[in-house]
This record gives sequence, C-alpha cells and structure tokens, in this order.
Amino acid sequence: MSAVRCVDLCKTYRQGDQDIKALDHVNLEITSGDFVCLSAPSGGGKTTLLNAIGGLDTPDSGEVYVAGQRIDNLSKSDLADLRLRKIGFVFQAYNLIPVLTARENIEFVMQVQGVPASERREKSLAILHEVGLETLEDRRPAKMSGGQQQRVAVARAIVSRPELVLADEPTANLDSKTAGELMELFTALNERHNSTFIIATHDQHIMTYAKRLIRMLDGRIVEDIDQRAA
Amino acid sequence: MRLFGVLFRLAWRNLWRNHRRTTIMLCAIAVGVWAMIFMTALTRGMVDQMIIEGIRTLPGHVQIHNPKFLDDPSISNPVSISAQQSFDDPEIVAWSSRVKVPAVISSERESRGITLLGIDPVAERHISFIKYDEVDGRFLVDSDDKGIVIGAKLANILETEIGKRVVIMSQDPDNDIADRGFRVVGLYTASTGAVEEAYAFVGRATVQKMLRIGNQTTEVVFVGDDYRDVEALYEVILDAVDDSVSVQRWYETNTYLGSMLNVMDGFVVVWIIVIFLALSFGLVNTLMMAVFERVREIGLMLALGMKPGSILGQILIESMLLLLIGLVAGNMLAWATVMSLQGGIDVSVVAEGLEMFGAASVLYPKLNVDDMILASKVVLVLGFLASLSPAWRASRYKPVEALAKVG
Repeated sequence: MSAVRCVDLCKTYRQGDQDIKALDHVNLEITSGDFVCLSAPSGGGKTTLLNAIGGLDTPDSGEVYVAGQRIDNLSKSDLADLRLRKIGFVFQAYNLIPVLTARENIEFVMQVQGVPASERREKSLAILHEVGLETLEDRRPAKMSGGQQQRVAVARAIVSRPELVLADEPTANLDSKTAGELMELFTALNERHNSTFIIATHDQHIMTYAKRLIRMLDGRIVEDIDQRAA
Repeated sequence: MRLFGVLFRLAWRNLWRNHRRTTIMLCAIAVGVWAMIFMTALTRGMVDQMIIEGIRTLPGHVQIHNPKFLDDPSISNPVSISAQQSFDDPEIVAWSSRVKVPAVISSERESRGITLLGIDPVAERHISFIKYDEVDGRFLVDSDDKGIVIGAKLANILETEIGKRVVIMSQDPDNDIADRGFRVVGLYTASTGAVEEAYAFVGRATVQKMLRIGNQTTEVVFVGDDYRDVEALYEVILDAVDDSVSVQRWYETNTYLGSMLNVMDGFVVVWIIVIFLALSFGLVNTLMMAVFERVREIGLMLALGMKPGSILGQILIESMLLLLIGLVAGNMLAWATVMSLQGGIDVSVVAEGLEMFGAASVLYPKLNVDDMILASKVVLVLGFLASLSPAWRASRYKPVEALAKVG
C-alpha cells in the first residue's frame, strides 16, 4: 500500500531577483512501512519535499497523497488535523517545548488529540522505556543532552503510532556516535511498529541505514536506490 | 475545553520562564490596580464626607418647602404645614421643621450676613451636624430658648464671645424689619470654617415671634437610612403631603452636592481607564516580547498539529493569568493601605484649598467593593482586548516559516 505519493510536484522560491526551483516535477511513491532517506546537498529540495509531504508547505502545482488522501488542497485546519493524527515529526533542532518535561513533551501530541490522561501516561512511559530514557521522564529539555532531546522527539513522533514519520536532518547537531545510536533507534522502531520513515539528510553514513535512498539535486530526483537489494 | 489543561500549563510555565520580566510586569499591574482603587477610595471618602457633612449641615435627605421658596427663600414663602403636624413611618429616621431665613447678625464691632435657623433642638438632635455635648458653652435647650448658638469662626469675625449679646435683623412677611437681641450661649465647630461662618441657631418659637409668623415654618426636613437611596423616603413624604408643597430629594435641593456624586462616579471610570492605558503598553510589550521569543516553539506546536485557535488561546490565558495575579496583589495592597488609614489622613497643610470644595482637613478613604469590582472588570476586559493583537499575531504564523526563524 502507498504511504506517500507525489505527482508532478513543483515549488519555486523567489530569492532576490532569482527564482529557485526547490521542487521540479517530482514524482515519487513510497510504500507503507518503508524506511527512506532523502539525500541532497543544501538547497537540493529535500526539506521542501518533506514539508510538502508533511502538509507544512503547499506546492505550486502537483498533487500530494498521504495514506491515500490528497492533502495539497486541504484547508489549514484540515492540514493541522492530518499532521496531528497521521504524521510524526522530528526536526533538526528546537524539537521540544522547553517548558515541558520529557514525558509531557511526549504526551503533548496525545493531549492535543484528546487521549485520556491514564492512557497518555501509560503510553509515554512505555515509549520512554523503549528509547532508553525512562529515568529522565521529569527532566526538562535544557537539562538533557542533544542526543537525549532527539530521542524524546523521536518518542513523541512515534508514540501515537502515526502512519508516517518525517525527520528533517535529525542527526545534524549530534556527534557521530549519538547519530548512529539515533539511527539504530529509528530502524528498530520502523521494524517494530511498521511506521513509514522518511529521513532527509546529507550525511553519507546515515544513508546506509535506509532501505531506500532517494537522491535529489536542484529540486529533481536524480537517483532512487533500493538498498535492500544491495 | 479538552485542550484547556495543556494550554493552561503552557501559559503558566511560559509566564515564569522570564521571572524578572514577569515580576516587573506584575509589580506594574499591582501598583496600577492599587492606584486605581486607593485613589478612588480616597476621592470616594472625600466626596462621601462632603456629602454627608453637607446633608447634615442642612438639607437632610428629603425636604418640604413652599413651591416658591427655592426661588425666593424668605419668610414670605412659608410652608403650609404646621410645626405641630407629625410624621410617622418606618422610612423616617428623624424629621424636624425649621424656620430658615436670611438675616444680618451684628455685634458691637462687626456685622455679617448669615442664614438664621429657628429650630426645635430636641427634634434636630438626630439631624444636625452639631454635636450638642461638644458645643462650647451650651446648645439650645428647647424651641423657646432665647439664646443663640453661632459658629466659632463667626464669633471670631464678630469679635464676640459666649455671654455677649448680638442683634439679629431680618424681614417679616410684610417686608418690615424684624429684629431682636440674643445672648450668645454657645459656639459650635464644624468640619469647615465656611459652615461656622454661615449658620446661626436660635429657638424656633423665639424666631417665630420675632418674625411675627405664628406657627409657620419655611421647611420640613426628613432623614432616612442612607443618603444614596432616598426614593422610598421620598415616596412616603410625597404620599403624606398635598400639592400645595414641594417635596425635594437632597440632591435637588443642593445641586452642587448632587452633581458631585455624579462627577465622582464618572471620575472613577476615567481614572481607572487612564491608569489602564498606561499599563496596557507594558502588557502588550511583554506579550509581544514573549511571542517574539517563542516563534520557533509556536511553529513547532503548529507543525505538531495544534490549531491556530489554540495558540491564540494559550497567549490569552497567559495574559489573563498575568492580569489576575496583578489584580489580586493590587486589590490586597489597596485593601491593606485603606485599612491602615482608617484613622484618616491629615491634609491640614492644604486644608484651605479643600475647604473651597467643602471638604474637611482629615480625609477618610472609603473602600467600595463596587469600585474594586469595576477596576478588576476594566483591567480584565481591556487587558483581554489589548492581548488580542499579540495573540492573533502568534496564531497567524506559518509553521514552516516560524520553524525557520533564526532565534
């Protein structure tokens, strides 16, 4: 089943006097449960594509489908609902709400979804255990390392079992050891929960964890490799 | 409503994120609210005192006159109610009939224009501003008393004293001179020198004889429970008399005092709004700063699926919390200040200026619960409106742009 389908996506930004094609007729289909790396140099269009798939940005033309639902023509409110219920996000930095503890950050999405308190607590403690941070449930982000913060962000992204997890350069601010540990966690969660993961990165090492590697350049997909076959 | 818990938690914690800024803003709100309530209490106390003194000085709460008396306050316009008529109703706390005429008082050295009041001292005891026991010398004993009680300041001007004689001169109903010598038996003091200078008291029967008016009087004065609510008393008096007399409430008799009350109510609202306007700049600035500092966070929450309305709600809750804490502190501070000043504030250094308005030299602030509620309502309602702009701005961020903001 198709988790994500992009049809002829185009997006142009204006920078000074120049038009920058961030997405140039992108066609893409990702199956459910896949683990995909989007790779491109800076300005290559990977974040724009991720934002279009996540409903954070709208393309100039083309169509985006998530779990079979067309999303590029949804209202802001419907897009918010889609992000809340079907997509988990992990960003490069500023991933957590500073005034909430690790557990409260994880519960945040569930709370907005209206999940009862007891269920929220049960699920958040379980996921904290799964990402190895069970002792840090009451710690605020400022008292956690970068790696720990990203683990909490991953826990928050996965806790309500979204169909799709989008991660935009999640390891960019981490050292290589912590980045490796985070990728191990991603792959484990992908296998355990069968969620679809799309990770944007330009780190060659991170790409090795992906089952499928999509390379982009100047807003176009230039290479699509099934790494399971390799 | 299901989101209120998380919005409240976020708002509360964000409020204390920058302790110093929040504390400064809370102090500003508390001091502003204190100023609103305390200054209102002070002015309210001053005006209340002026009105109560003014009412006690003469008008009472309701008066009966000859309809022509207000235009021509002379003995030619007596009230057609005999001094012997009595009034009995639970609404009437005290009443008295008087002869009130303009007159000239002369000692051997000076003369002065005054208002002469012929009273029944027994009936007047519960109405008059004069505390009989505190009069220097003695107060009048009965309606037939042949003595005169004048203000201490008037005695000073006339260079007279207790035991000396003064001459009172007025006009009878035929416009002939009516005069008589009185011995000064007492000197009263009042809250203002103007009152001491203006009124002289003599026995009603004595002055009726002097003016050759038989049992006639010029006014009947009634006092009820509360000067702010005289309608019931007014209706009772209206039912008890016929059309040949005119019945007035105190604020119709003394329009200066009446308008003072209205001006006071208007002043309270203007004062509260002016202080709030000064406060609102700080409030909006604080919220703008708080929003500006949290653009990425707001972007994150929007990205995670929180709707713009919830962001708006979060900022408004934060603003309301700030205002509520400031309001509680300001109200308590004002209450404590007023309680500690129950003995009055001595402003005798500017007493002469205050006297012009009929105010005393000791001010007693009067804390009015309605004023506290009004101040709180104004702060909350206008604060809410002032917060809408930063809250609206926060809710309009596009998540992808907000997340990309450089902190």
